[in-house]
Amino acid sequence: MPDIAILLPSVLNGITTGALYALVALGLTLIYGVLHIINFAHGSLLMLALYGVYFLAVGLGVGPYQALVLMPIAMFAVGYLLQRFVIGKASHARDENILLVTLGLSIVIENLAVYFFRSDTRIVDTPWSFEVVEFLGAFLPLPKVIAFFGALATAAALWVLMTRTELGRAIRAVAKERKGARLVGIDVEHVYAMSFGIGIGCLGIAACLLMPSYYVTPQVGHGFVLIAFTIVVLGGMGSFVGALIGGLIIGVVESLGGLFLGESLGQIGIFAIFILILLFRPTGLLGHKV
Amino acid sequence: MRNLAILVGLFVVLGALPVFIQSDVWLNSLIMILFVALLGQAWNILAGYGGQFSFGHAAFFGTGAYGVAVLQVQLGLSPWIGLVVGVAAAGLVAAFIGAVSFRYGLRGSYFALVTLAFAEVLRILSNSVPFTGAGVGILIPLEPGLAHLQFTSKAGYYWLIWAMALAAFLAAWWLNNSRFGARLMAVRDNEDAARALGVSAFRIKLGGIVLSGCFSGLAGVFYAQYYLYLDPGIAYGPAISVESLLVPIVGGIGTLFGPLLGAVTLHILSEITRDIFGDAPGISLAIYGAVLIVIVLFLPRGLAGLGRISARRLLSRRSA
Repeated sequence: MPDIAILLPSVLNGITTGALYALVALGLTLIYGVLHIINFAHGSLLMLALYGVYFLAVGLGVGPYQALVLMPIAMFAVGYLLQRFVIGKASHARDENILLVTLGLSIVIENLAVYFFRSDTRIVDTPWSFEVVEFLGAFLPLPKVIAFFGALATAAALWVLMTRTELGRAIRAVAKERKGARLVGIDVEHVYAMSFGIGIGCLGIAACLLMPSYYVTPQVGHGFVLIAFTIVVLGGMGSFVGALIGGLIIGVVESLGGLFLGESLGQIGIFAIFILILLFRPTGLLGHKV
Repeated sequence: MRNLAILVGLFVVLGALPVFIQSDVWLNSLIMILFVALLGQAWNILAGYGGQFSFGHAAFFGTGAYGVAVLQVQLGLSPWIGLVVGVAAAGLVAAFIGAVSFRYGLRGSYFALVTLAFAEVLRILSNSVPFTGAGVGILIPLEPGLAHLQFTSKAGYYWLIWAMALAAFLAAWWLNNSRFGARLMAVRDNEDAARALGVSAFRIKLGGIVLSGCFSGLAGVFYAQYYLYLDPGIAYGPAISVESLLVPIVGGIGTLFGPLLGAVTLHILSEITRDIFGDAPGISLAIYGAVLIVIVLFLPRGLAGLGRISARRLLSRRSA
C-alpha cells in the first residue's frame, strides 16, 4: 500500500480529470434522457470540437478560453442540425436504426478527420499550460483546476436551464411523455433537436476546457466515448447528478488503476465497472430520468 | 427449398471459379468478398435472425484468430487443431457474453454497448499479456502445405474461405427452415409473445449468439492463416465489428443472400474509391460510414429490400 503522499495527489488528479469526463457525460445523459438514444457519435463530435479549438488558436489566435464564447454555440448548431436532418429522420420507428446512424456518423466524422488532418498529434501551447496549483500538498496543473470548476459551473447552468426555464420544462415534458407533450402544443421535433444541440454544445465547452492540458488526434474521441458511456450507465441513464458523481468516481478509478496496474491495464478497471453495472444495475446508482 | 437450390447452385459456380480465373488479383478480390460475406453472415445470424444488434463482433473474430495463432506459435500445435480450438473459444466467449447479458435482460442499446465493451476489454488484455505477443503482434511462421493450413496459391485460400462461407450460408438457410430458427425469429419479432408460447427466450438467444460467434471466430481463423500476422488492433479493433454489421445492413438484414450482396457491393465500392482517391488514409472508411447512414435513412431493408419494393411497385402499377 503506497503511502498517502502518493495516494492523495493521484486521487485529486483523478477528481479533476473526472470533472471533465463528467462534462462530456452530461451531454450524453441529456440526450439519452430525452431521446432515449445512445449517441455513438459523441466521441467524434468532441474530437471535432477539439479541432475547432485548435484551429481557432493556431489560425486566428483565439485562445482556448476565449473560444468558450464561440465553440458551445457552434457545436450546438451542429447538434441541432444533425438531429433535425439526419438522426431524427433515420429511426423508421426502430431504435436500432438510430444506433446505426450515430455509429455511421462517428465513422464518417472520424475518418474525414484522418483524411484532412492526418493522424498527427496536435497541441495548443498556452503560457499557463505548465502552471501548477498547490492544494493539500499535491501539485495540480492549473488548466485542470480551471477545467474542474468550469465543468461544475456548466453542470449548474444546465441544472438551472432544465428546472427554471420554459425550454427546460418543455424538454422534461417531452422526456416523460412525448404524446402528451405533443397534445399540449409542444413542437416535439424542435425539442428533440434542442436537447441534442445542448448535449453537443456541452462538448464545445468541454473541448475549450480540455485543450490547454490535452491534445487532439482523429482518434482522441475513442478514449472519451467509452468512459462517457460508463459514467452515464454508472450514474443512471438520464441523471445529471449521477453523471457528475459517476464522472468523479471514474476519474479516480482511472487514476488509481493507472497507479497500481500501469497505464495499459489500468483502463480495464473502467470497463470492469461498466460491464458489472450494466449487468447488475442497468438503472445506475441514481436511476432517475431527467 | 428453392432458396437451397439457388444457394447450392451459386456456391457450385463460385467453387469452380479458380479453374477459369488464374489472375491472383481477381482471386484475391474473390477471397475478400467471401471473407467479408462470412463475417457479415455471422453477424446476420444474431442480429438479422435474432434481433440482437452487436457492436462488438470483433470479440469473437479476434478470439478465433488468436486461438489458431497462439496454439501454433506458442505450443507448436497444428492449425487444424487451432481451427477447432479457435472456433470453440470464440463460441465460449459468445456464450459467456450472451449468458451474462441475456440473463439480465439487456436489449437494444444496452446489448450493443456491452458487446462493444467486451471487445475493448479483450483488445486491452491481448495488448498486455505476453503470449499474444502484446502490442508487437504475433507472426505465424511460413510453412506452406495443407497440413499447416497455408497455401502457396491463391486458389487454395479461395477454396478454404469458400468452404467456410458455404457453412455459414447453410447455417443461415437452416435458420430459415428449422424449429430453432423459427423460435429465434419469434423472439426477435416479439419476445413477450414468444415467451407466452413457451419459448425459452434466454436459451434461444444464447444459441443464436454462440452460432454467430463461432462463424465470426471461423473468419478470424481464416484471417490469421491468410495474413499470418495479428495484433490487438486488427483482431479486436472496431474495424471488424463495423464491417460485420455493415455488410448485412447494406445487403439486406435478416435475409439469406443479403450478406453476399452486401459483400459484393462494398467490395466494388471500395475498389472505386481506391481508384479515385488512391490509398489516402481514412477515405474508404469514411465512405463506409456514409453508406451506413444513407442505407439506414433511405433503404432500411438494404439492397435486398430495393428489389422487393420495385417488384411490388411494378406489380401494383400493372394492376392499376
